Amino acid sequence: MSHGTGNIVALRPFPDAARLELDDAQLRANLRRATHTIRDKRLRVVGEVDDWEDLRRSGAAIKDDVLARLPELLEQFEESATRAGAVVHWARDAAEACDVVTRLVRETAAREVVKVKSMATQEIGLNEALAAVGIEATETDLAELIVQLAEDTPSHILVPAIHYNRSQIRDIFRSRMPGVAAGLTDDPPALAEAARTHLRAKFLSATVGVSGANFAIADTGTLVVVESEGNGRMCLTLPQTLISVVGIEKILPTFAELEVFLQLLPRSSTGERMNPYTSMWTGVTPGDGPQTTHVVLIDNGRTATLEDEVGRQALRCIRCSACLNVCPVYERVGGHAYGSVYPGPIGAILSPQMTGAGANKTLPYASTLCGACFDACPVRIDIPQVLVHLRQKGPKPAAERAAFRSLSWIMRDRRRYAAALRAARRGSAPLRGFGRLRRLPWPASAWTDSRDVPLPPKQTFREWWTKR
Amino acid sequence: MRIALFITCVNDLMYPDTGKAVVSILERLGHAVDFPAAQTCCGQMHANSGYRAEAMPMVRGFVDTFRRYDAVVAPSGSCVAMVRDSYPRLALGDPALEAAVAEVAPRTYEFAELLVDVLGVTDLGAVFPHTATYHPTCHGLRMLRLGDKPLTLLRAVRGLELRELAGAEECCGFGGTFALKNAGVSAAMLADKCGAVDSTGAEYVVAADNSCLTHIGGGLSRRAASTAKPIHYAEILASTGSAQ
Ligand code: SF4
Repeated sequence: MSHGTGNIVALRPFPDAARLELDDAQLRANLRRATHTIRDKRLRVVGEVDDWEDLRRSGAAIKDDVLARLPELLEQFEESATRAGAVVHWARDAAEACDVVTRLVRETAAREVVKVKSMATQEIGLNEALAAVGIEATETDLAELIVQLAEDTPSHILVPAIHYNRSQIRDIFRSRMPGVAAGLTDDPPALAEAARTHLRAKFLSATVGVSGANFAIADTGTLVVVESEGNGRMCLTLPQTLISVVGIEKILPTFAELEVFLQLLPRSSTGERMNPYTSMWTGVTPGDGPQTTHVVLIDNGRTATLEDEVGRQALRCIRCSACLNVCPVYERVGGHAYGSVYPGPIGAILSPQMTGAGANKTLPYASTLCGACFDACPVRIDIPQVLVHLRQKGPKPAAERAAFRSLSWIMRDRRRYAAALRAARRGSAPLRGFGRLRRLPWPASAWTDSRDVPLPPKQTFREWWTKR
Repeated sequence: MRIALFITCVNDLMYPDTGKAVVSILERLGHAVDFPAAQTCCGQMHANSGYRAEAMPMVRGFVDTFRRYDAVVAPSGSCVAMVRDSYPRLALGDPALEAAVAEVAPRTYEFAELLVDVLGVTDLGAVFPHTATYHPTCHGLRMLRLGDKPLTLLRAVRGLELRELAGAEECCGFGGTFALKNAGVSAAMLADKCGAVDSTGAEYVVAADNSCLTHIGGGLSRRAASTAKPIHYAEILASTGSAQ
């Protein structure tokens, strides 16, 4: 089974990458404000829905059904989309997907494309691949545009520029956006207007649009994009050619299932009751919208993920980012620390599965298992369960393994265990006058660097019990 | 009812007073408590750190030790969550163990669950004339759905003034080996939690898990401005005020 490639492989172990981000006080302040705002909004609108728990269960069940019969549904999708006039392509990994899209754009002779925000194209590194052959890709989602202008990478699934505040964004616009007014303020409407002016020219001149899809309906061959700003609708309707890059897990059997997800997604992602724009298109309609439509279905490690009975639930993910917004680890370090386009709790289980356990092996440990992500997830992905599962499957340091083995040998036997407790109590007795310990040698120094350690009291519980 | 006490490894060595508090409360309520000496540890740290095979002897040990009791009680939300939530999954594929777990797991209670849900008491006649703030631990909150059972018990304590903790439901950053493997992130989370505790000005920070309290207490004792002391809620419930 081939694993995924592209922007899902972390170049640095999570603890190292996290350390760099932790030093950035501005980043932490920005993240804290933004995630808490969305988190509170989400809680409010989710609270309005009486049958939210039932909806979550339906969402999970529909996705599980899709995953159970994925090959059959994909074939059905290919058939119906083709019948409707779309051209369907298949790509095993990121490189293959980029090749297909690059070839398709070149065939149109276009030198630029406009893009709808899409995780799949981020995943395969499409913008870089297009740039390599001299094609300029312009992101039209506001946050994605900010990141692109800053020559940065996204740090959040839904709000790629979440790590910037308004004045930082104004500075990026002032220095990087061609033709921007020198006196631009950091007032949100002013920033939006600057972006709108900048993008309008692009929308009107581009002949090729590139998108992803939130859902792909098998029995009609329809693609669905859900968005807030309306830029997506421009890209989906104005160009002559539309190329959509879609993960194979995005399939839904029929339109009926869409009902569940159009309730779950906006409330979970932006905290809105309904998203402002939902665009759907099926193949081509003569004389209306793009006259050539391509769908590139990408695997990139998804089939490998599907093989794992526990871990496959990660493929239910609808990329709402609710788990990021409630995650205390994400809140402190931001998305870049995860080293993959999929950050936060979902990234910690999805990236290692897509790439195979070797790469990203520190990601399953990037969590305290506090469980906030599971509670927030609209499709009930038990992220803590999968994290523990991946820890069990993945490679481990030899010294750590040895330590856990001997600890297990002691703890499985009451006599050895009681003796060890006694020894720990006695061993620390000479230190008892200190009350608490401030400095321990490595590896326990990782603890004492920022916390004290209490010392055991004179008697263990079991000693007290036997004497009483 | 045959109630067995599962004391947990952290409590056994580091916090025997929490166990003594549980025993004294249950005996005061007229229940005999048994402490089966064969018990060791629930295996949570092993299982959660990825050492399933190494955890299994402890899972089996727990089940063998406790299966003959009507109720098992532990003063630790996370160890009870391990038994109730993770044991069934760990036992999968071994029918004998699955059956044994199915017997024991639903009868294993966190202390507040035993008091409120099983024994039906909320007022233990405790006296504790102090100020305190309550931190709901993640496993108690989200895996056991303890809700405000411990708070219900604390509200009945004479003289106790409870102060609200900002961001109470946010994790303190302990997470077992997480505190070592991702020490920097853990410390950042801890700093926020300690700041929230400090701003209540309470004398005590209370929780249902001594491991989280070790983390929070260890952080507080490093901060010059911090004065709050960590305490397990069972110890407050056992207090009659005379010793204060
Ligand atoms: S894992 Fe769940 S909460 Fe996280 S992005 Fe995916 S669907 Fe949303």
